[in-house]
Amino acid sequence: MTLSSPSKSSPTKTPIISIQGLVKSFGPIEVLKHINLDIYPGEVVCVIGPSGSGKSTLLRCVNMLETPTGGKVFIGDDEMTDPDCDLDNVRTHIGMCFQNFNLFPHLSVLKNLTIAQTQILKRSKEEADKIARENLTRVGMAHKEDSYPAQLSGGQQQRIAIARSLSMTPNLMLFDEPTSALDPELVGEVLAVMKSLAKEGMTMMVVTHEMAFARDVADRVVFMDGGYIVEEGPPEEVIGNPQEARTKSFLSRVLNPTEVPVGDDFAAAPAPVEEGHVGIPERGLDTNFTRGL
Amino acid sequence: MATTTTQKPTPKKGMTRRQRAKYFRWIQYAIGIAVLVVIAFLADWSAFAKAFLNIDVALEMFPAVLTTGLKNTLIYTVLAFVFGFILGVIIALMRLSSVRVYRVLGSAYVELFRGLPSLLVLFLVALGIPRAFPGFQFPGGFYGQVMVGLGLTAAAYMAETIRAGIQAVPKGQVEAARTLGFSPARTLRVIVLPQAFRIVIPPLTNEIILLVKDSSLVYVLGVTLSQYELTKFSQSKVVEYASSTPLVVGGLLYLLITLPLSQLVRRLEIRHAKAR
Repeated sequence: MTLSSPSKSSPTKTPIISIQGLVKSFGPIEVLKHINLDIYPGEVVCVIGPSGSGKSTLLRCVNMLETPTGGKVFIGDDEMTDPDCDLDNVRTHIGMCFQNFNLFPHLSVLKNLTIAQTQILKRSKEEADKIARENLTRVGMAHKEDSYPAQLSGGQQQRIAIARSLSMTPNLMLFDEPTSALDPELVGEVLAVMKSLAKEGMTMMVVTHEMAFARDVADRVVFMDGGYIVEEGPPEEVIGNPQEARTKSFLSRVLNPTEVPVGDDFAAAPAPVEEGHVGIPERGLDTNFTRGL
Repeated sequence: MATTTTQKPTPKKGMTRRQRAKYFRWIQYAIGIAVLVVIAFLADWSAFAKAFLNIDVALEMFPAVLTTGLKNTLIYTVLAFVFGFILGVIIALMRLSSVRVYRVLGSAYVELFRGLPSLLVLFLVALGIPRAFPGFQFPGGFYGQVMVGLGLTAAAYMAETIRAGIQAVPKGQVEAARTLGFSPARTLRVIVLPQAFRIVIPPLTNEIILLVKDSSLVYVLGVTLSQYELTKFSQSKVVEYASSTPLVVGGLLYLLITLPLSQLVRRLEIRHAKAR
């Protein structure tokens, strides 16, 4: 953890998310291969990596939208992977934002924010409305409370989706590529909301392709590939000075998207399907890869 | 001028494609007109008018055709629709259940009742059930029989429609709801079903139109005078007045119900297409 955010709690505390030996398979394909990751209160962790690397699956395993095949996930003291765990109850404390926003199209913006408050948290209508309006103001959408989701731009919908999660007063927020479905000019408004949220000390786990966001806002960056965590650390290390060849090749590609790699080590890199050929980063990696960095 | 005519592109068989289409269109019109002319000459128009367009007979049917025929048709339709809808939702949920037994039962129901004629189902309800269960009385008597007899078939069709509607709700909606802490049952009730019903309103309106027409089958249950619906009512008047005019009146009243409904379906579909 960096010293850039002194207001945040010390990481020596118990983690708020603890992922222990997580394995997830879809049929014969193992998407996550023994993942260990702890996230501490107040921390902002960005998970980056090529598509198919398992980062979204990892995030979805945290609140059990995907049921892990093996390993354990703890949220605070609650073991999510315990079959007797009251998932519905624990989930009320975990906010989540999706790539496609998933606002409820048959409900007005205000109702989107209050329905879970009144029905799940049993707050009174007045209290729920008040909290909803506070959060709409927080994301700059207070003027749209009577609109319906279909009438709004993608950026506006995503900000409202964030406000909807915040209205449950969560202990932590999960973001699953929140800006990937947005037009480029709308990305900024969503990232700005997330940035201010991070400043307020919210614990956040963010799967993203926005390297600038990860570099500026994250306390820790996790680079995943082929179902493994390849590298993790402060953004200035992982993004600024990556040690692993896989990280280097991914970053050089993302940061210089128009450059065609010369050595063509990339031809195999995005699809970690060939057993023993690629996608096994723990041993050695392709050390002959030196291009571009 | 002479040079331009010689420059014409070589015509295939003398006609362009457009000319040929036009030519065939005219042939079609000519055949249609010829058929109409033959019918017009062969028909006995005075006898036709007397049989089908007898104003006196038509007027005499009112108001009983409205207070009995039309009223009963509407009552039977609504009863069958309500029963069919509730059963249809249950069957649809069974078909989508994670429990295999429910899925199989749901599919079996749909396949069975979609494959049987509604008339046969009505007979089964009217004649089969009393014989199989002696002493059993349908709650609501005759109306109960109508409700179940027509509703059983309607439920099979509606179940398929509603299932499609539920499946058309994006998976992300369920995930968003579950993430907020909704239980599976509450997710279904508060998030999924309201959206699914919006999707299935047009096809369900079509189902109502079918039921309006199928309600003419209930006469096989053995109806009394006050239970006559439009078709039976009109038919009885045909005998009474020795004129076919009552059938025309009955038919027009059916159209009075079905045409606005199909208009409504069209509008809803357009609106739905725009909203997507």
